[in-house]
Amino acid sequence: MTRPRTVLIVDDFEDNRAMYAEFLRYSGFEVIEASNGLEAIQKATSAVPDVIVMDLSLPVLDGWEATRRLKSDDRTRHVPVIALTGHALEGHSQGAREAGCDGFLAKPCLPETLLETIEKMLSRSGGGGSRPSVRSRVSKRVGGGA
Amino acid sequence: MQRSAALESVGRRSLAQRADPRVALADALLRCEDVADCAQVAVEYVVRHAGAREVLFALRVAEGDTARLVGVTAHGIEASRVSGLRADLDDQGDPLVRALLAGEPTELRMATGDGGSPRLRLAIPIPCQSGPERPPDALLVVSPPPKVGPELEWFIEAMGRELRRLVELERLRGAERLLARERALLKSVLAAVPDPVLLTDPEGRLVIANPRAESYLASQDDESEGRRRAVALNNMLLSASLSRGVIAGTEEVRRELPLVDPSDGSDRLFELMSTNIETPDGLGIVSVLRNVTDLQLAMLEVEENYRKLRTAEAAVRAERDRLDVIIDAAADPIVVSDANGAITLMNTPAERLFTAPESAPPDEVRRVRANDAHLSSHVANVFFAPGTRFRGELGLVDPKNGQPVPVEAISGTITSEHGELTAVVTVLHDRTEALEKARLYEQLERASKELEQKVHDATAELVRQNELLRRQQIELEQASNLKSQFLANMSHEFRTPLNAILGYTSMLLQGVSGALAPNQRRSLERVDSNGKHLLAIINDILDISRIEAGRMPVHLSTFEVPGLIREVLAEVEPLTLRSKLSVRHEIATKLPKVHSDRPKVKQILVNLLSNALKFTPRGSVTISVARHRSEHELWISVADTGIGIAENDQERIFGDFQQVDASPTRQYGGTGLGLAICRRLADVLGGRLKLVSRIGQGSTFTLVLPIKSRKK
Repeated sequence: MTRPRTVLIVDDFEDNRAMYAEFLRYSGFEVIEASNGLEAIQKATSAVPDVIVMDLSLPVLDGWEATRRLKSDDRTRHVPVIALTGHALEGHSQGAREAGCDGFLAKPCLPETLLETIEKMLSRSGGGGSRPSVRSRVSKRVGGGA
Repeated sequence: MQRSAALESVGRRSLAQRADPRVALADALLRCEDVADCAQVAVEYVVRHAGAREVLFALRVAEGDTARLVGVTAHGIEASRVSGLRADLDDQGDPLVRALLAGEPTELRMATGDGGSPRLRLAIPIPCQSGPERPPDALLVVSPPPKVGPELEWFIEAMGRELRRLVELERLRGAERLLARERALLKSVLAAVPDPVLLTDPEGRLVIANPRAESYLASQDDESEGRRRAVALNNMLLSASLSRGVIAGTEEVRRELPLVDPSDGSDRLFELMSTNIETPDGLGIVSVLRNVTDLQLAMLEVEENYRKLRTAEAAVRAERDRLDVIIDAAADPIVVSDANGAITLMNTPAERLFTAPESAPPDEVRRVRANDAHLSSHVANVFFAPGTRFRGELGLVDPKNGQPVPVEAISGTITSEHGELTAVVTVLHDRTEALEKARLYEQLERASKELEQKVHDATAELVRQNELLRRQQIELEQASNLKSQFLANMSHEFRTPLNAILGYTSMLLQGVSGALAPNQRRSLERVDSNGKHLLAIINDILDISRIEAGRMPVHLSTFEVPGLIREVLAEVEPLTLRSKLSVRHEIATKLPKVHSDRPKVKQILVNLLSNALKFTPRGSVTISVARHRSEHELWISVADTGIGIAENDQERIFGDFQQVDASPTRQYGGTGLGLAICRRLADVLGGRLKLVSRIGQGSTFTLVLPIKSRKK
């Protein structure tokens, strides 16, 4: 059997983070949590999850910037990022897409809705937990920027 | 010459007929043209046949009252002596006169001219006429004296006969010459007359005409056709005119006779004067024509001038009549005065000031006189004033009531063409009205200025107010933006905890934390339901704030309405199934595609349909689409048979957070923001939302949608 897939949940509001984490673990995922953008980058680069769920309004380093850095890092560039925001205003989703987010969900978002989206994202990016082989190929060019 | 020819012939004949010289003489005498010829023949005959050496032929000639014996020709005598013979027949002392008067041949012993011894001569008187009372006409003196006998007597008689003939001939010739002279004189006199003068016979034929008359009445064959015709015409005209005169039998005829000038064909008018005269050939008519063409023209001109004068006079009269009318029509008093200052003409308004009826009260008469005096004084000034205009102000009074009538008098003078002043025209302009007008005008101007100032002040105030309003508007906009921003932030702040509530509730209900007891599940379902309601409210509030902040994005696309309706019906299907209502749709055929914001139209329709289903306990809900008459609009109506909305609630329900029943115990759910949002969205799309409703019978909400929407 394949090893359990890993989801990085980034949210500064602990209740939401805990709620999604509980539901995803319940649904069979391994869950890593981060409460700000900087922490999200550190955990993503060290653990390299299969998918990242990113709240955009974050302290220390916001979700957009964190996503941009992750997408410019060879180690994490391939990891799908699902933006999750309570801001329903126009421009948020657009900004998220520009920053490199692969999916977008508006709060309130029921845990089962998030699960659906994650499943869809993973099946599109090739499924499983295997890392894409392209990683070593492009690492030299980008260097070790965090 | 003739004489010598006669002599020669006498000579030749005497040679041929030597037998009797008397035949030659008779022959020669017959050839004589005049007395001188005859005298010559006689002298030569005596010399040749009687052997005479000296012969003198003298003739009795009448010179005025005296008769003389004059030498005519001679032989053997000096010519000077012949021509010197001019003896008076009354001079009885003259031997030759005595010899002539003796009546028979007489011997004379006379001294010769050269002073020699006297010679015997025979004086032979030759009587030319019968009758003793008349002395002989010629005397032939011959020396030496011829023999007196039958031969001499024959000679005397032959000579006498011949002389008589010649004298008679001479007399006739003289008369003829006289006649010719007189005729020439008459002709030149006639020719000198500038008028045509002519004599015609009773048939009208021209007998005598002077050149002037001939130029009109006579033509030659070699002259032009035109001239000949003109002459023929003139003759006809003249004959006709003369014959009328003859028939009329008047002694002297004067009448007009039109003729044609043959030289240029122009018409000429003559006055014909003709008189009948007796001529040796019978009755004749003497006519004198006087050219009166110019006279005729002059007369025509005079007539024309007279006619013009009459016309001008009529025009002047008409002008005067018109002037009268104008003067009478003028509202201002007008007075015309003559050169003496007396009023000759005035119009009705002037009459009111300067005349009074005889029955008028004394005061009125007095006022009229006073007015008259004012006017007279003014007019008198006009006479002495230079120029043709004079202006003055007169203080007249109304004769009827004595009210002052201040007038401005403007006078003009009328002068004849010789520069004499003939009339003064005075127009009186009532200044009462003018003064009143001036006063009113001043008031008006003052009022106008005040008004202007007020308008100015008001305008300034308005500008100030506008500025204030503009500032307030900016402030309001800023406030509104702040509000929208605040609401957007609030919505975010709401969503975050709501996310956890709804998430945990959902997880619990799914049994993530284990199985639930039925009462636990019921409680959790209520938490879930209220959480979702709260979310709906938050979403609606966000929509409204976005629309009001003008930040509601509009994405236009072109789409078919029937497809949209189907989508809407599918979306509300859960509600439909729950309501057990009959849901119908009536969609017109040939609907145009709509260019609008599809999701927003859908949002509006879902909302309307949800409302209809929610507020209709029984009956039906019908959604219909039709093109409106205006062609530019589509009407999408949602009609229900529900509870309906009272008229005074119909406006209220479009307000925020409004339901008809706003009490906490209300029967129907919903945020109460749905219609408020629908109306705002319709507005954003350039359309509007209409409501027709009667309580207890149902409501019809209609979305009036422009077929081609424009971004606001």
